Amino acid sequence: MDGAQLTQQIINGLTLGSLYGLIAIGYTMVYGILRLINFAHGDVLMVGCYIAWFAAVQFGLPWWVALMGSMVLTALLGVIIDQGAYRPLRRAPRISALITAIGVSFLLENLGLVIFGGRPKAFARPEVFNQIYEWGGVRVLSLSIWVPILTAVILAGLLLIIYRTRVGMAMRALSRDMVTVQLMGVDTNRIVAITFALGSALAAAGGVFWAMKYPQINPLMGILPGLKAFVAAVLGGIGNVVGAMIGGLLLGMAEILLVAWLPELAGYRDALAFVLLIGILIFKPTGIIGQELPE
Amino acid sequence: MLEVRDLQVNYGGITALRSVSLSVKQGEIVTLVGANGAGKSTLLGAVCGLVKPASGSIRFEGNDITGRKAHRLSRRGLILVPEGRRIFVNLSVTENLILGGYFRPKGAELDQDIEKVFSIFPRLAERRKQTAGTLSGGERQMLALGRGLMSRPKLLMLDEPSLGLSPLLVAEVFGVIEQIHAQGVTVLLVEQNAAAALGVADRGYVLETGKVVLEGGGAELAADGGVQRAYLGMD
Ligand SMILES: Nc1ncnc2c1ncn2[C@@H]1O[C@H](COP(=O)(O)OP(=O)(O)OP(=O)(O)O)[C@@H](O)[C@H]1O
Ligand SMILES: [Mg+2]
Repeated sequence: MDGAQLTQQIINGLTLGSLYGLIAIGYTMVYGILRLINFAHGDVLMVGCYIAWFAAVQFGLPWWVALMGSMVLTALLGVIIDQGAYRPLRRAPRISALITAIGVSFLLENLGLVIFGGRPKAFARPEVFNQIYEWGGVRVLSLSIWVPILTAVILAGLLLIIYRTRVGMAMRALSRDMVTVQLMGVDTNRIVAITFALGSALAAAGGVFWAMKYPQINPLMGILPGLKAFVAAVLGGIGNVVGAMIGGLLLGMAEILLVAWLPELAGYRDALAFVLLIGILIFKPTGIIGQELPE
Repeated sequence: MLEVRDLQVNYGGITALRSVSLSVKQGEIVTLVGANGAGKSTLLGAVCGLVKPASGSIRFEGNDITGRKAHRLSRRGLILVPEGRRIFVNLSVTENLILGGYFRPKGAELDQDIEKVFSIFPRLAERRKQTAGTLSGGERQMLALGRGLMSRPKLLMLDEPSLGLSPLLVAEVFGVIEQIHAQGVTVLLVEQNAAAALGVADRGYVLETGKVVLEGGGAELAADGGVQRAYLGMD
């Protein structure tokens, strides 16, 4: 592989990794404060894609309006799922919420099949993201450049919320001690809702970019990115937002480079995530920059 | 200011408090002493809304607050500094204090209060940017007290603030409690260090296996033979 090809692959890895990272953050934030693996997260992403599809394709709205609208409505969906399905189980054994999450996942997938139909819908790539940039023999789609940039902007905004606002402070405190924060006047339920909203909005962004990259959507499309983003979250150290992004980037890069360097193993690309998952669980269960979270 | 009447609390099958009545008047320091497992923390937990009582009533400033949510009560000035400090170890010292004033508007007044806490506890001021997890036990207690003060409490409930501190620090903590009280904050103090607690208290209650067995003035209880034998280590 020459330099130009390598550069091209690295950009592709960054793009794919950004998507995994965006999605992984939702897993990691929810896990961080509720110790719940929200198995419905990938399906929330799918709903986000359909919202954007309706906005862009059906109503002909500009892509960024569709994206924003999808992020807002998907955030709302995340909050509704939490309040409706998980909140009644806050004091129940953790396994109950986990099983409920799997149930919500099936529910969304099947509702999707009933409402949207099983046939994939074409998701048009907006013109700005459909240019071919070329320099020095490197040819990349403009989407591949924009996704990491927009991801960085979104991540910066999220980190600003987490580390520079009182709500973010309450989130961080809540992740360590759900009881004591209440003594500070923090409404834990509100903070959990905000967490679901943020995580779901990011999943919508990741999903919409995903749909632009592989330009079609279907009701089961959330499963694979959801699983891989979960692996990314564990890789980075579950509960850690920056870790989730790093885990996503590593996973994206590893997949792309596997295919580039060992094309005969390309068929195992989707298995790679799970090999990495098993590896990290054996050698460093707290993840790359993870720390032990209290129960 | 605080009126607890016939309070009963159960944890599953066991009764932790049975028919406990107690009151704290505006401006008082009241102490609650009792052995391990007597139900002291349970009582404070019930008052601040973390523990649901099975029966009985709790009134604060004339209003029935039985079963109210903890975050609402703390916004009304009913503040608990919990047993074991429970500071947020992953936040900085300053962030812990800001969180203490979580529901207060941002601005100069809040900043002034942070500086005030730092002037009471200069050791915290030197460590303001440090992660709270790096603090020593004594510093953590100071931070927990300071965090409690940030909400401008009307009634400050302290659960064993001297636990695990050296005698010198215990004296310092009790000094601060008197200082806080002198500024008009009403204090309900739970202590195993009964001698020190009765020394600063106007009145006291003795709790034994979930029941109030004795109550009276601070000096009066300190002079009581039973209290001396059981809690003051005298024969
Ligand atoms: N969450 C709980 N679940 C079950 N039992 C509990 C719980 N919390 C307290 N208890 C029990 O209730 C009783 C009173 O406990 P509590 O913590 O109120 O005592 P305490 O007087 O504060 O003791 P200490 O001085 O050790 O702090 C004890 O028997 C304790 O085992
Ligand atoms: Mg106790």
